[in-house]
Amino acid sequence: MLELKNVSFTVNVDGTDKHIIKNMDLCVPNGKLIVITGPNGGGKSTTARLIAGIERATGGTITFNGMDITALSVTERAKLGIAFAFQQPVRFKGLNVLDLIRIAAGKHLNVADSCEYLSAVGLCARDYIDREINSSLSGGELKRIEIATVLARGASLSIFDEPEAGIDLWSFKNLIEVFERMRRDAKDRSIVIISHQERILSIADEIVVVKDGMIDRQGSRDEVFPELIRSSEVTAACSRQ
Amino acid sequence: MQKLDEIQKRLLMEVADLHTVPEGAYNIRSNSEAAGRRSTANIEITSKTDVSGIDIRIKPGTKNESVHIPVVLTQTGLKEVVYNDFYIGEDSDVVIVAGCGIDNCGNQDAEHDGIHRFYVGKNAHVKYVEKHYGSGTGTGKRILNPGTEVYQEEGSVVEMEMVQIKGVDDTVRTTTAKLSAGAKLIVRERLMTHGAQRAISTYSVELNGRDSSADVVSRSVARDDSYQKFDAKIIGNAPCHGHTECDSIIMDNGRILAVPGLEANDIDAALVHEAAIGKIAGDQIIKLMTLGLNEAEAEEQIINGFLR
Repeated sequence: MLELKNVSFTVNVDGTDKHIIKNMDLCVPNGKLIVITGPNGGGKSTTARLIAGIERATGGTITFNGMDITALSVTERAKLGIAFAFQQPVRFKGLNVLDLIRIAAGKHLNVADSCEYLSAVGLCARDYIDREINSSLSGGELKRIEIATVLARGASLSIFDEPEAGIDLWSFKNLIEVFERMRRDAKDRSIVIISHQERILSIADEIVVVKDGMIDRQGSRDEVFPELIRSSEVTAACSRQ
Repeated sequence: MQKLDEIQKRLLMEVADLHTVPEGAYNIRSNSEAAGRRSTANIEITSKTDVSGIDIRIKPGTKNESVHIPVVLTQTGLKEVVYNDFYIGEDSDVVIVAGCGIDNCGNQDAEHDGIHRFYVGKNAHVKYVEKHYGSGTGTGKRILNPGTEVYQEEGSVVEMEMVQIKGVDDTVRTTTAKLSAGAKLIVRERLMTHGAQRAISTYSVELNGRDSSADVVSRSVARDDSYQKFDAKIIGNAPCHGHTECDSIIMDNGRILAVPGLEANDIDAALVHEAAIGKIAGDQIIKLMTLGLNEAEAEEQIINGFLR
């Protein structure tokens, strides 16, 4: 279980404090799929980055499976079982897809096992396993490889920052199948997805709406989803993409 | 013939992947003396009489054969200049593995200057691999100054792979090439410098024949207080294609100077230069940290991949 208690994140811009996240309380129970949504610039991605340790909270505590991880590094949190899929995947000159999947798995996977993760995101493993993770890959291909690396980690908490953004020629249906399979295969693992997408919201156990650095609404899908659909927030956000 | 000791054997493994005597033709040079030689029916190796070095003659039409000519130095204070000439017959297809390893435990400099000249016949295909390696705890420097001259006849292809990853204190590498019609030169250089090492690599490639082409690519990493200079010049004297690329990572106080040089003397010469120097991107390290590596491990993975 992941718990954020009174978490804040403040940055200093030109001598003025800017409060990005304000006293946030959030709980992600084991085995749940939580979707964090809300308007752009509201603090969704920052929340995800605070959980992974890429940004450090300036106030409050974060506990993971009963352990205070507030002061731990990205590496230490990764080793405890937190995985993170970037909104904009990173390119590497020289490293190939197989290298990255092996690093993610933390062991010397054979090619066949590595291929399984690529197939899960709809990439023909044979064509991709030796590809360098450089600018020869399209944004959509990179995004799917990014998701495959998170699958390879087999982490107890997987965070996806806008996984649908840039997914080209590959339907949302397949992406949703990936999340559903993750949930089915490991019932005690939790998934946090940052998304505006209605179809992703529709598979959530819980929906959290983050706005102005605070939790605006939180509840089960059945409670929050109908309200969101009625309000313009989701559709407005989608139309901006 | 000199017998090789354990250090010399280890150097041989580093520079030529040799655990035992290689297949095919070979010449092993150790501390300025011959430590083994074999010619084959198609590849003849003979000693030069005027200067130190060997002539390697490959008969026309020789296919799928290899020549190994590694050099090892373990004597402090030893300085040598060696001339090796390769005469590669028409229509042949061969692999040449050179390389030099220096282990210097003494307080005097050890230096090997290898001058390699390649006369490549029509439509011949040569793959040339050259690895440099240095080890030893002495205060004496390990110095390697390779000079490579390539003369390519019509339709010939030369692929060169130059690797220097560890332990060489000072290098000045000079490579010149002259290409006839339809000839093709591909160079892949990988270089890493540490400590106070200095490496200078200069290329001058003349594309003299119609449809000749050259692709010279260097990937390098400069760490600690080391310095590198990559100076690649392509001269297009005919309708031709030339491309040079310098892609470098700097770390610590490492410094790199990339000097692009393109000269087009024909209206149909198409020449391109690319150069990029920078430190490892922070998001690359963070991505690998989210996969469970610490910062040092992440850097190592990025560099290993980059120099692969």
